[in-house]
Amino acid sequence: MKTIGLIVNPIAGMGGKVGLKGTDGEDTLARARTLGASPESPRRAAEALRALGPVTERLSFLTAPGEMGEKVLRRLGEDPVVLEMEVGDRTFAHHTGEAAARMRARGVDLLLFAGGDGTARDVVAQVEDQVVCLGIPTGVKMHSAVFAVNPPRGGELAAEYLFGDAEHTRTAEVMDVDEQALGEGHLSATLFGYMTVPFRRGHVQGLKAGTPEDERAVQRAIAGGIVRRMEDGVTYVVGPGTTTAEIMGLLGLDFSLLGVDLVRNRTLLGRDLSEQDLLDHLGEGPSSIIVTPVGGQGFLFGRGNQPISARVVRRVGRERLIIVATPDKLSSLRGEPLRVDSGDAETDQWLTGYYRVASGFSDCSIYRVAAT
Amino acid sequence: MGMDLNTKLRKFHQAKWDEPIIFELSRPGERGVLMPTADPGIEEAVGDGISSLPSNMVRKDPPALPELGQMQVLKHFLRLSQENLGADLNVDIGQGTCTMKYSPKINEQFATAPKFTEVHPLQPEESVQGILQIIHELDLFLREISGLDRFSFQPGGGSHAILGMASMVRAYHETNGEGDQRDEIITTIFSHPSDYSAASVLGYKVINLYPDADGMPDLDALKAAVSERTAALFITNPEDTGIYNARIVEFTQAVHEAGGLCGYDQANANGILGITRAKEAGFDLCFFNLHKTFSSPHGCGGPGSGALGATESLRPFLPVPLVESDGSGYFLDYDLPSTIGKIRSFYGVMPAVVKAWSWIRALGAEGLEEAARVAVLNNNYLFRKVMEIRGASAPYAEGRHRIEQVRYSWEKLFEETGVGTWDITCRLADFGMHMWSSHHPFVVPEPMTLEPTESYSKAELDEYIAVLEQVSKEAYENPELVKTAPHRSVTRRPGHDTLDDPDKWAVTWRSYLKKCAEGKRDRI
Repeated sequence: MKTIGLIVNPIAGMGGKVGLKGTDGEDTLARARTLGASPESPRRAAEALRALGPVTERLSFLTAPGEMGEKVLRRLGEDPVVLEMEVGDRTFAHHTGEAAARMRARGVDLLLFAGGDGTARDVVAQVEDQVVCLGIPTGVKMHSAVFAVNPPRGGELAAEYLFGDAEHTRTAEVMDVDEQALGEGHLSATLFGYMTVPFRRGHVQGLKAGTPEDERAVQRAIAGGIVRRMEDGVTYVVGPGTTTAEIMGLLGLDFSLLGVDLVRNRTLLGRDLSEQDLLDHLGEGPSSIIVTPVGGQGFLFGRGNQPISARVVRRVGRERLIIVATPDKLSSLRGEPLRVDSGDAETDQWLTGYYRVASGFSDCSIYRVAAT
Repeated sequence: MGMDLNTKLRKFHQAKWDEPIIFELSRPGERGVLMPTADPGIEEAVGDGISSLPSNMVRKDPPALPELGQMQVLKHFLRLSQENLGADLNVDIGQGTCTMKYSPKINEQFATAPKFTEVHPLQPEESVQGILQIIHELDLFLREISGLDRFSFQPGGGSHAILGMASMVRAYHETNGEGDQRDEIITTIFSHPSDYSAASVLGYKVINLYPDADGMPDLDALKAAVSERTAALFITNPEDTGIYNARIVEFTQAVHEAGGLCGYDQANANGILGITRAKEAGFDLCFFNLHKTFSSPHGCGGPGSGALGATESLRPFLPVPLVESDGSGYFLDYDLPSTIGKIRSFYGVMPAVVKAWSWIRALGAEGLEEAARVAVLNNNYLFRKVMEIRGASAPYAEGRHRIEQVRYSWEKLFEETGVGTWDITCRLADFGMHMWSSHHPFVVPEPMTLEPTESYSKAELDEYIAVLEQVSKEAYENPELVKTAPHRSVTRRPGHDTLDDPDKWAVTWRSYLKKCAEGKRDRI
């Protein structure tokens, strides 16, 4: 018997149907309702649950009350264990967070949440990378790489993860954009954390390749190569990401997973720094930026690592840019170039061209960087 | 009753014997052959044949071989053969990149004739002139086909030949005093993965090039990659996607200008025989898999041969021995000043050489080109037909012609139905068809690589297409049927991850018992 935790954000996606960029915040929701939006999320969650198929008999469910999961499960004939929580007619972000935190405490084999980036953000804030989660895409914004392709595929992936031959997971970014800024034409994305998600590894693996490496092993190999090539006296700006985290881990340094850190002579100069902090440190001697593309769209700058601004990149120099990315990550770009959105169009243009991307201990790939 | 000629679908069902492993059939004391004892006169003259052996060479225990009568052995292997879908049994176009084609049985007769099998590689050269002549002539044929100047038949397969190329690259740069400096080998992600792997084995740093925005090999990326550290470019063309790089000369020029060498992975040259050559494309090195393009056949494990070719200036680096002719006869030449040495025992894999020689002799120059043209025609016919199947696509260089194979994607089918490549692979077995699972690197989602070569008739291609259409239809109408396949095969659904886990599989009886005893896997 395995347990699935289910959290449905009933209002997720309502903004999209009526042309809004999201459903964050009370005012937006009210507007969406005025424009005639109705809840989409429970229906799509049900599609995912139905796709669990025959393994449902070997599953128990732990869920939040009412529209947040209980109702949809009961409609499907399930008898879930319901968290004792006060949820009124209207659900709020803190309800998602509370349910996620309690599921983490009680222990679930997989946490399914139906929602968008905002929901993912509320979940990851509580469970971090300690609970395997999977997003059922029902939101408007889905920049985070934690969602199934569509609800039925999500249900199947969950069943495969829980009862299949092998369990494969990886960590994926949870991103969210500021809806208000987006409404005004700016895209301002923030990295909120890393979620552990199941994935369908390589569909079927290449026999010629022998035992396939998992992504973590490749990240370690990349980190090993980078650390080996690090030069004394050089100040390294280390951007956020799980690949760069391996570098910091290998150096034995405390680091910020979501922030920008500085390293010189293998010691930490500062963690989770601002643009100004970086500029203050970069006056002294040679420097370098170690950065990994963040998010599914392959952004090198301008998504989740905003402290590495146009001024910082200019200060360090184009040729001192060290880009790291696993082959899986490059492949996930589907031939699209890496992108830069440093906030300064001239700098973005200056950054375009071909770069070596470290994709193994000593191996690299040549990859194109384009302005947005 | 036969197959339905309208739907072109067979009511296939594979034999399922549930056959034990031969060791499990063993019964103590059973024998297939009873060896007679020697006549007393012989024993008197030479002894018992064993007591004269040094005691440390006499084994203490008999070998742990299965004990079985001849008839039981025969049945065992016939049953196993019925539980397979071999190249001579099914429409074997689902094994893309492998160039599955008809291997004429007459060539097997040549390779199994006593004139060939009774030759020993330690015989004096003057007594093996026939086989040396065959090696020499095959060398001449391949020179003509590639435009390069000399071939070695030492490598036992494609990856071995790539390792040979990488060794020659290293020896070349070392000779020029640039061995330490030139430590990078460039390849493309859709070149065969062995180009990457074999170069890595020698310690080279590998640089991967991704396709450009149109899905074509990216010349600008190559130009960004080359430097004074470039040792070589190892590249497949057409790539494993079937896309031909028409700017290949600019690629080799850019590498040469940086001081690097160019090695052409022609393991599969089936679509370009007699049409383009390594020499004109600017390559210094190349190799052909005799077991692919030259039909020797592709044995999926052997015997193979990766015929390794070089330009005259790189001849001194080839592995030894080369077969030379001085007008009066053929001899083995070990006297190459910069040779990378001996990389395989004796002459190389001679059955593959004999069969490839015979295949080329039978076809002639016109026949080789015809084979390539028919292979490309077959592939593009198949391409059009597959693209009409619901849920199928061919990513990269969309709308463009392919050469001898296509890497398709079932991504759309998967998204819409949950049926992916592995499900389709399993379901094809229910129709007596085979689809291979290697499409490395996994850049194309839900990949399927089909390579119809010149051997398959239009009727056979139509049958394969009909099966794919049927499975696509089933995926939309009854996905569970496909996802639980196979239903009419020798085994139930195999878990693919098991194949990737060394704890789970065993290739010898001894390791099987050991892994069972260690609890890593269940005894069947």
